[in-house]
Amino acid sequence: MNKLIKWGLPVVGLGVLAAGWWLGLAWAPPDREMGDVQRIMYVHVPLQWMAMLAMFLNFVAAVAYLVRSNASWKLDSTAESAAEVGLVLGALGMVTGAIWGRPTWGVYWSWDPRLTSEAIMLVTYTGYLVLRRFVEDPDKRATWSAVVAILGAINLPIVWFSVRWWRSLHQVQSSPKTVDPQMVLCLRVSAIGLLLLTIALLMHRYRIAMAERQAEVALPEALPGNSPAASVRDTPKVA
Amino acid sequence: MTPVARNRLFALGALLVAGAGLGFVAFGNIGENLVYYWSPSEMLAQGEKAYSATIRLGGVVQPGSIQWNAEHTTLHFRVANDAHEGTASVLVRSTETPPQMFRDKIGVVVEGTYDASGVFSSNRLMVNHSNEYRAPKEGEDPNKWRETLSEGTTTASTGTGAEAR
Repeated sequence: MNKLIKWGLPVVGLGVLAAGWWLGLAWAPPDREMGDVQRIMYVHVPLQWMAMLAMFLNFVAAVAYLVRSNASWKLDSTAESAAEVGLVLGALGMVTGAIWGRPTWGVYWSWDPRLTSEAIMLVTYTGYLVLRRFVEDPDKRATWSAVVAILGAINLPIVWFSVRWWRSLHQVQSSPKTVDPQMVLCLRVSAIGLLLLTIALLMHRYRIAMAERQAEVALPEALPGNSPAASVRDTPKVA
Repeated sequence: MTPVARNRLFALGALLVAGAGLGFVAFGNIGENLVYYWSPSEMLAQGEKAYSATIRLGGVVQPGSIQWNAEHTTLHFRVANDAHEGTASVLVRSTETPPQMFRDKIGVVVEGTYDASGVFSSNRLMVNHSNEYRAPKEGEDPNKWRETLSEGTTTASTGTGAEAR
């Protein structure tokens, strides 16, 4: 069963994503104003949705870690994997957004509220991951990074609502009412495919994180990162 | 204090700070200081204060106002508050190649300077798209917009350009 999920989920996810993108490229009509350029929507929008979802999961796991009396490494590992996967998706989302922006807006980048808040979001979660690498004590790392995760999550609603709250170059969210039904279908299929792929990535990264936590707690010096000399010197303490 | 109680205190503190920060951004009226662009009427209302500083002006391209001078590769058009007749508008001069979607009635944001001559010199012309995505209508070529500047506007500019207020 476990093996089925481990290999089945990414394969199905990639399959659905490929189907969504194929529909988007070959079956859906081009936009009447943008032409074929609009088709990058099926890549850009799902990436940004999943990035937001992963970062929200990071927030939930961080709150749960701090609040629950029987908080385990599972929550800390969930938070770590969600932040890392979210950062990759968000960075790809930003790159595809820039590629879309050049032919339509005329610029790759402008400091408009949406793009600026998105950039702050990516920097925040990079900082979160950097902090985690800097703190060696797993307990302190989990606590401190959970606090940073909660503070960083302020930005998630700001990114989402920035286009409604302020004037921006980026347009406000589309809805099925403002998008051709064929395009909506392609977008949904692509988003489901990427969602499955995101879950697969999260699970894989979570397993790595849990293995690291268990190794840290069981045998702190056995982890990579310590110099060989240091581990030799510290070995007696463990033994 | 037990570690659990301490962690809960951390969570409470962080959530309070996060909530306050978000509340401030959402309801603190900082929008006044966070304006990505001015509309033509807002910029004109600033009077001399709008002169010479680098600013952004946003609005829609006034229908029929696009004049493309192929010889000097300069582009003149008027940015209006909205697509309706008779709203405030500002004449913009650009020497840049406009984005492919540039045309009448489309949303634009220009970056540059305004001065007493009443002409906004743009050194960056950006087009903003709406949140609507539609299939081309019957008989419509979805890639026609690529040709708007090369054909439509050069001919149109001689006729309708003079009407620009």
